[in-house]
Amino acid sequence: MSTLTETPAPMRAGPAPRPWQLNRRQRTLLTIGLCLLALSAVLAGAWLIGDDGLATNLAARNQPPSLAHPFGTDWLGRDMLTRTLHGLSLSLGVGLLAAVVSAVIGAALGLLAATLGGAADAVITWVIDVFFSLPHLVLLIMIAFTVGGGTIGVIVAVALTHWTGLARIIRAEVLQLKSAHYVQLSARLGRGPLWVARHHMLPHLLPQFIVGLILLFPHAILHEAALSFIGIGLSPHLPAIGIILAEAMRYLATGSWWLALFPGLALLLAVTAFDVLGEQVRDVIEPKQSQG
Amino acid sequence: MPEWMSFAGRKLLRLITLLVAVAIFSYTLISLSPIDPVDAYIGADMLLISPEQRAQIAARWGLDQPPLARFIAWARELAGGNFGTSLIFNRPVLEIIGERFIASLGLMATAWLVSGLLGYALGILAGARPGSLLDRAVRLYAYILASSPSFWVALLLLMAFSVGLRWTPICCASPPGLLPEEVTLAHRLHHLILPAITLSIVGVANMALHTRQKLIEVLESDYALFARAQGATTRDLVRHHGLRNVALPAITLQGASLSELFGGAVLVEQVFTYPGLGEATVQAALRSDVPLLLGIVFFSAIFVFAGNTLADLAYRLVDPRIRIGAATP
Repeated sequence: MSTLTETPAPMRAGPAPRPWQLNRRQRTLLTIGLCLLALSAVLAGAWLIGDDGLATNLAARNQPPSLAHPFGTDWLGRDMLTRTLHGLSLSLGVGLLAAVVSAVIGAALGLLAATLGGAADAVITWVIDVFFSLPHLVLLIMIAFTVGGGTIGVIVAVALTHWTGLARIIRAEVLQLKSAHYVQLSARLGRGPLWVARHHMLPHLLPQFIVGLILLFPHAILHEAALSFIGIGLSPHLPAIGIILAEAMRYLATGSWWLALFPGLALLLAVTAFDVLGEQVRDVIEPKQSQG
Repeated sequence: MPEWMSFAGRKLLRLITLLVAVAIFSYTLISLSPIDPVDAYIGADMLLISPEQRAQIAARWGLDQPPLARFIAWARELAGGNFGTSLIFNRPVLEIIGERFIASLGLMATAWLVSGLLGYALGILAGARPGSLLDRAVRLYAYILASSPSFWVALLLLMAFSVGLRWTPICCASPPGLLPEEVTLAHRLHHLILPAITLSIVGVANMALHTRQKLIEVLESDYALFARAQGATTRDLVRHHGLRNVALPAITLQGASLSELFGGAVLVEQVFTYPGLGEATVQAALRSDVPLLLGIVFFSAIFVFAGNTLADLAYRLVDPRIRIGAATP
């Protein structure tokens, strides 16, 4: 969506930019770097902080945030910062895995629909239409339920419901490329279909795929968290962010506000980081799209 | 044939094909499921049941028939309006859905109206002066809300207004301990307000960003430039060109938002323990109530379809071009 990109500043004739000011491309690359850094900090943080904070410590129960426990402690005296980092890296892992599977399904079905045409195209677009005619969360619950819930249930449900958008984009792109003059000319000049696919199609499709994949991450992660939150997702023994928030809900009435605030905030920041990352990567590898 | 009849006919045909598609889809999904219906039905009495009795149960339910015959038998029941009996509530599925939907309707309708109007207003204000402080604030708000899990926003509001300030009740649709006939409208509204606010502020983001973008497009168009050359101010442009042109895509968007709204209601009702349709969806899945879950899947498909159809109808009212050009759809 071009709405998410910064509207370019009008060109102004003025003093030459000072040496420490970055141009737009440099700013974009810097943002990408910062997002990647923040996300790897979550994963590294979970690993660095270790499992010590997960042990039950009844002497330090229900403590509000302090220097020793920046995110406070829960009703078993577990350190919420440790739990949040572990939960977040688990949620990110599950979300990433499901999003990658989903993107591969989307790309494959989009390619099949566009190249085979006819009945295959009709069936695939029909399936996409059915998916769009149901609320996404109902679809997720339904699939997670039929698979039998649990970690596998979440991964399958998220993977099977997020491919439709990307499949549509890839299908439309391939159809457009197939009818492009330079592609048809290339075939007339004796290039084989594989050569055309490799040299004319792939350079257009790959950026779409990569950007589509990264922009799937936020949705996949949020939906994983939602499923775990309502209790159909990851089991309570695997404290993903959704589980932590569902537990926090039970302790709300006692006034333990920190149990819900910080883990949710961490999830929000991670999701935003992926969103910004996707938009900025789009700016770099698809400059045409970002000049809106 | 009058124009409205062909419109209704087309929509009806579309609805029927949609429902057939959902039936095929959910049947395939359930039959691929590793959950064995007889095992699920027997539950803890597994050891007390002999293989002959299992075969009898399977035969009673028609599980010994080929898949296609089972699908046809099931679809025939559905077409007759028989969605089966809910296992949790032990009452017909349609009754439960009707009851729960009425409970959710107030919640969803309020949120739908408020988020639509507020999002439209914020989008217009932001889009009229792109880059201004207000525009930046609206965009920041929309980005943050678009990435926040709605159940987390619900938790925060619950903590602030129900636990902290004690303005609103902490759960349910009516005060606990009251008989249904003792519950007044004031009680209901008091319990409705916080869930409705949660759903509304989460739903605003999409509409605000979309409206903002469309208004910027209108203000940058050639006819807006021409109007400016004749001395129109930004305010005139927004009033005479912006509001109407932007309303059209906004209506479509708001009609399509019922899908998101339904999902939001599932999560928000879970946090507020609000006994609506969303809460029933979660219960059905958690407690393996397949008839109820399937009933809700069908209902939600009709619900989303109704939203899109309403948007189409509103479009005809708002846009005279469609009414005039109706002969060539």
